[in-house]
Amino acid sequence: MAFDNMKLEDFKGVWVFCEQREGKLMPTDLELISEGRKLADSLETELVGILLGDKVEGLAAELGGYGADKVIVLDNPAYAVYTTEAYTDAICQMVEKYKPEVFLVGASNIGRDLGPRCAARLHTGLCADCTHLDVDTAVYQDFLKNNSVLAEERIAGTDKALVMGEKKDVTKELKMTRPAFGGNLMATIICPRFRPSMATVRPGVLKKGEYSEAKAAAVQVIKEEVAVDMSAIKAQVLEVVKESRKLVDLVGAEYIVSIGRGIAADVEKGIALAEELAEVLGGVVGGSRVAIDSGWLTADHQVGQTGKTVHPKIYIALGISGAIQHKAGMQDSELIIAVNKDANAPIFEIADYGICGDLFAVAPLLTESFKEAKAK
Amino acid sequence: MKIIVCVKQVPDTSGKVAVNANGTLDRASMQTITNPDDLNAVEAALALKDQTGAEVIVVTMGPPPAEGMLRELLAMGADRGVLVSGREFGGSDTYATSQILAAAVNKIGVDAEDIVLCGRQAIDGDTAQVGPQIAEKLDLPQVTYVAGIEKDGNALTVKRALEDGYMTIKVQTPCMLTCIKELNEPRYMNVADIYGCYDKPVDVFDFNTLKDEPLIDVNKIGLKGSPTNILISFTPPQKGAGQMLEGCGKETTDKLAGILAEKHVI
Amino acid sequence: MDFELSREQKMVQKMVRDFTENEVKPIAAETDRTSQYPAETIDKLFRYGVMGMCVPKEYGGAGADAVSAAIAVEELSKSCASTGDIVATHNGLCCAPIMENGNEEQKAKYLRMLTEGRKVGAFALTEPNAGSDASKGTCTAVLDGDHYVLNGSKIFITNGYVASVFVVFAMTDPSKGTRGISAFIVEDTFPGFSVGKHEEKMGLHGSPTAEIVFTDCIVPKENLLGQEGKGFKIAMQTLDGGRIGIAAQALGIAEGAMAEAMDFAKAREQFGRPISKFQNTQFVFADMHMNIEAGRLLLMKAAQIKSAGQRVTLDAACAKLFCSELAMKTTTKCVQICGGYGYTKDYPLERMMRDAKITEIYEGTSEIQRVVISGNIL
Repeated sequence: MAFDNMKLEDFKGVWVFCEQREGKLMPTDLELISEGRKLADSLETELVGILLGDKVEGLAAELGGYGADKVIVLDNPAYAVYTTEAYTDAICQMVEKYKPEVFLVGASNIGRDLGPRCAARLHTGLCADCTHLDVDTAVYQDFLKNNSVLAEERIAGTDKALVMGEKKDVTKELKMTRPAFGGNLMATIICPRFRPSMATVRPGVLKKGEYSEAKAAAVQVIKEEVAVDMSAIKAQVLEVVKESRKLVDLVGAEYIVSIGRGIAADVEKGIALAEELAEVLGGVVGGSRVAIDSGWLTADHQVGQTGKTVHPKIYIALGISGAIQHKAGMQDSELIIAVNKDANAPIFEIADYGICGDLFAVAPLLTESFKEAKAK
Repeated sequence: MKIIVCVKQVPDTSGKVAVNANGTLDRASMQTITNPDDLNAVEAALALKDQTGAEVIVVTMGPPPAEGMLRELLAMGADRGVLVSGREFGGSDTYATSQILAAAVNKIGVDAEDIVLCGRQAIDGDTAQVGPQIAEKLDLPQVTYVAGIEKDGNALTVKRALEDGYMTIKVQTPCMLTCIKELNEPRYMNVADIYGCYDKPVDVFDFNTLKDEPLIDVNKIGLKGSPTNILISFTPPQKGAGQMLEGCGKETTDKLAGILAEKHVI
Repeated sequence: MDFELSREQKMVQKMVRDFTENEVKPIAAETDRTSQYPAETIDKLFRYGVMGMCVPKEYGGAGADAVSAAIAVEELSKSCASTGDIVATHNGLCCAPIMENGNEEQKAKYLRMLTEGRKVGAFALTEPNAGSDASKGTCTAVLDGDHYVLNGSKIFITNGYVASVFVVFAMTDPSKGTRGISAFIVEDTFPGFSVGKHEEKMGLHGSPTAEIVFTDCIVPKENLLGQEGKGFKIAMQTLDGGRIGIAAQALGIAEGAMAEAMDFAKAREQFGRPISKFQNTQFVFADMHMNIEAGRLLLMKAAQIKSAGQRVTLDAACAKLFCSELAMKTTTKCVQICGGYGYTKDYPLERMMRDAKITEIYEGTSEIQRVVISGNIL
């Protein structure tokens, strides 16, 4: 099925896989459409959404409003719930028919199932879990200047790449940047010999653009059909169950809000404030030894030498002084925020950002600010 | 019944990650471990072996020292190992890697009742691509993000994790599953198998062993067969010293939220 | 001369190290505080073949050598000396004498119980009035038809109230002193067997120590281990091997303590810099490291001799004496380095210091080791 001897210039257009669950678009779809718009403009080509589902044609307008020129809709009861086989078949057939140049997929649990399978069938490259995309070389080089420690001349050299032993101009290539080794190293990947250039993109990283009523009205819907034999599908979905998030183990948590002696004045309120803040971030609540020994939290919440050693993306210490015992368990967090009334508290020595203030006043403000920032 | 588990030896990134001056990873100074998600796949295979008596075969692609990792998996209870190793395979990206591993799995043989297991993703690349791509190349049905497996005749009933819940999927064998850490708690090696793991077979598949496999095409393996190229790799700027934010009101927390949003950490 | 561990020994080290980090370390403080026998941990150690690891494969064991057995106890004891003690006792003092002295029927029955059967073993020699001097034992065994009748009591028995299989020493002929001692395999279900007082100890709280009492206890004749009158020899030979286990336990305690103190010293700042930057602290660590390495060499030499099946009396005594005194000195110094923190129960060092003390006492006090060593060289 793969494209052999492909002519790269035959491939035109930027595509976005628009994932729907229960007939609703995923937030990432709009982020990708907004980003795809910029890439399509750089490539001077069109932006196309591809949408599979059961009676989902009505979602096309919203995709248009965020920048899609066209939406290819495959409406079929068989697509109501994602299955690897039915979706891969349909999408690969569409890609072969329309030949897009760039194909973006959200890096959700479903996108990361679909993307690699399609790339393998289409014989093309896929860069997983991207956090940054560029076509325009000048914009890309600016990004490198601000986000790397690379020397000027190395940045300037990124307009060309060594491909199969030859220096090749890559100014029109999709440049896909992603973290590796837990963010300790970044790499920019290109796919210069095959099309489409495929990327799965980490949800929540790219920004959703402005919505335009006019563009929503102007979107062109292309209805397509692919024969599906559901009885031939070897991995059948029996049921889909929604669950509220279970309490994640501290060690695996990406966001931790910890409380310490500072909540003593009103323990119940202190815990509630920490929980609200953790909830906004999608994280969990931890505590210092004092919080556990005083019976405010159960032992599984303890961070520190006698508790757990954690390395979340963000660790927020509320009213924790930062005894050596506690630091031992959290100093390797990627980013530490400390709130404490005592400006000389040792926790501030290892915090990336410190706020000197009463946690009962500051914590609700943090919750509010984070909520607003995330809504943007 | 056979269970073929694909595993990868990776640098241990839980400690300090060492980076060379040119921005590449200093692999020599880092310890290697078995990729954590792959251990969940091995545990799933061994649990199925405990239930059914299936043969568990561990397969890895890597340099010759990766045999040490295979021996450790044999010391956990796996029955035999396959080390896919050859100069021709070097420089492979995920596409080419899955091409070679699929050929190796095919050489071992995938029969009606067999299962191929992988970890969800490796901690060095975090791509989560090799499992599905092996499945595609062997034309096997796949289930990724597997958090539960029950054998049910010639099919498996599998719990597949979603961000906000899960799916229950019935998948026919032979099939390929990628495993996540919620699936199980990997067992340790055990002393009896440690004192027996060097008596178990480990076969080396080099280019010559695999060259007659239909999937082995010099244009689809190694550097030449890799559709992607690395344009450049780099380290992010060093974390600056901590800063005390001024004030403690809403404007302060807004400022902080703004900084974090810009860093894409919230 | 080869200072490298074998590939299997390295794997045992890695496996027990991982196990200890995940399964033992997190509950060590709680085990100590509550004096709880770590039943779940021990059950897992059976499952992973650490309990009874030197028993040959045909009797349900893993067929490991004495070096691997020492490494296992060392690694466990880095985080929890009690767990190390339970394993060392089971392997070195119960499985070993049955392996070395049992007949085919005894080995087939009891070694399987002590491995696949997941029954814990113990060793019962010490009596209220017979500690270092075993010839003064008053526990007796009288042959009566097809069985022996045991009377008397044994104290300070490690694994005392959890074990199912005991290697017990009793006088079959009190007039002959040590030559009147015989060894028996006794099960806790035999009529007349009972467990007496559970000891409350200074340290090693997770290790279940108790008195065991024989009141007209019926022991089948076929449970005589070795020949009548050879019990003392079996006991001494067993203790030679057992002392390697204690040396390993003591070395593990010392290593565990030093690692804790190093973490502390690097993080703890006084007078504007980490205390590890002060030469006084650095020299203490240098000495501790050197002594730990010396202890390791003595331990590994003894274990190697034991693996080769050679007489290990002298080397085991040297290793036990050196490592146990090393454990006491090292833990004391580590508590000192950590100051007030080291003295609190927030840190494991005070526990390690309490645990270390017993290694200078049991399975032959330091004084007895000096008797053994001088007796072998003078």
